[in-house]
Amino acid sequence: MSVDKDTVKKIARLARLDVPEERQEQIAGELNAILSWIEELGEVDTSAVEPLASVTGHSLPLRTDKITDGNKVDDILANAPEQASGFFVVPKVVE
Amino acid sequence: MENYLNLTATQARAALQKKEISATELTHAYIQAAEATKALNNYVCMTADKALEMAASSDKRIADGNAGPLEGLPIGVKDLFCTTGVETTACSAILKGFVPTYESTVTSQLWRDGAVMLGKLNCDEFAMGSANETSVFGPAVNPWSTDGGADLAAGGSSGGSASSVAAGSALMATGTDTGGSIRQPAAFCGVVGMKPTYGRCSRWGIVAFASSLDQAGPFTRDVADSALMFASMAGHDAKDSTSADAALPDLHAALQASVKGMKIGIPKEYVMEGMDEAITALWQQGQEWLVEAGAELVPISLPHTRYALPTYYIIAPAEASSNLARYDGVRYGARVEAGQSLDDMYEATRAAGFGDEVQRRIMIGTYALSAGYYDAYYLKAQQVRRLIKNDFDEAFEKVDAILTPATPSAAFPLGVKQDDPITMYLNDVFTVPANLAGIPGISVPAGYSDTGLPLGLQVLSGAFREDTLYKVAACLEKQAGFTGQPPRHALAAR
Repeated sequence: MSVDKDTVKKIARLARLDVPEERQEQIAGELNAILSWIEELGEVDTSAVEPLASVTGHSLPLRTDKITDGNKVDDILANAPEQASGFFVVPKVVE
Repeated sequence: MENYLNLTATQARAALQKKEISATELTHAYIQAAEATKALNNYVCMTADKALEMAASSDKRIADGNAGPLEGLPIGVKDLFCTTGVETTACSAILKGFVPTYESTVTSQLWRDGAVMLGKLNCDEFAMGSANETSVFGPAVNPWSTDGGADLAAGGSSGGSASSVAAGSALMATGTDTGGSIRQPAAFCGVVGMKPTYGRCSRWGIVAFASSLDQAGPFTRDVADSALMFASMAGHDAKDSTSADAALPDLHAALQASVKGMKIGIPKEYVMEGMDEAITALWQQGQEWLVEAGAELVPISLPHTRYALPTYYIIAPAEASSNLARYDGVRYGARVEAGQSLDDMYEATRAAGFGDEVQRRIMIGTYALSAGYYDAYYLKAQQVRRLIKNDFDEAFEKVDAILTPATPSAAFPLGVKQDDPITMYLNDVFTVPANLAGIPGISVPAGYSDTGLPLGLQVLSGAFREDTLYKVAACLEKQAGFTGQPPRHALAAR
């Protein structure tokens, strides 16, 4: 599995990173170096191994469905680059 | 003033209780030390006024007989912990100017127990690095150096934490460890660094890197201080669903206990080709120290060790790519306006705000999680992760603790390992397995390289057995008699 310039463009798009054309080749090279190092895992027979998602083995705790917090509009907006009337402001998405 | 800075936290606490010094005097001394060692670039934000206010409150509580376990002790906070009203950047351009309106659980517990906050400490950007070189503020510098040598890396990602405790500009410091970010810099700077069992310390309010691996832990001058600070940091927190509801073992008793009769595992897979000879010798010496103290050595095998790093470099970037999706220029941090659409703004903001290493890891993680590759990379890594954990589970049926070197080398000069990411990743070869298995690990300064730089030994124990960890660490500390400090006059001359 080798990453080319087009794949870099596609991943960058998925990751919402603007990777300029002139950097794509170099990044493809870096990703390939790391991926070929990772390929080593192919040697390990994992056909009968359950994937491990949590080391603790605990199941996630449930809490009662009750509001315990809130009314923090000012706190939530305190660090917003742009806000208006209690909302975050983003570039226009609907015509 | 100078002598205050040489006290351990345990000693400073006793001096405060006996009113030989005040918290205000102690805090003053640390603020001055931090200013005098500015060239080490440890603090990215000093909070001197806040520190003196907190110290004054501590002095009042001491006078009233209401002192907490950390009353009046000045500590530094890695810039990954959210602190109310104090800028928290994760040393990234994308979070510059972010001032949290809430406090992380771990730091709030430290303040609850009377600790004094000196400021925020340098680290790698989003804790991604092993030399503190990916920080937007530039690298923290190791206070140790070879004669006339170049500036050395303090290690990473918690470089500012390790360096400040070693340089005497913080009595203790918080760190986080995702793949070795506490233990490696502790070893490089000659201080004690401990990564607790996954789930011991709440992750709430800590800027997330890889959520299934991240754990907060203490940096201290000695092992007893480490247990003292850890006890304050740990505890169940309903706000972190992975926080463990498990009582702490008796750490005080563990520090006094003998290792007599304990079984210490020596994993054959930790013999690395090309490893510094002084490290091999120190590892051998550590084994002899434990035998002299009555422990028994047991050769063990952790057969999947060599797959730990590649496994880590799938899981950590995959989780990071997901965690870092929140930095979108809408809710906090810097925004770069570009193009016409929302997506154009996201892409421009993230490209400008994230550094090269962070972007590299986001790309790797996104690729590993993308359609068609998920099974080959992420699922495969999770399967190997189970095998790595099984190795440890089997080992801890036979032994109480495991002894390994902390790092494959002593501190290296800044700037030399930047070209090749994989060379930099290899720094964490001995520390990453503990994160994958969720077990605790501690790095104890125990000797020196040929050029006089500190070297650390690592102790690993079973999950939730930090008592075992501290028992062995205290023994190594006593036997090693490591009292080394970077020469203060050299620091003053910087």
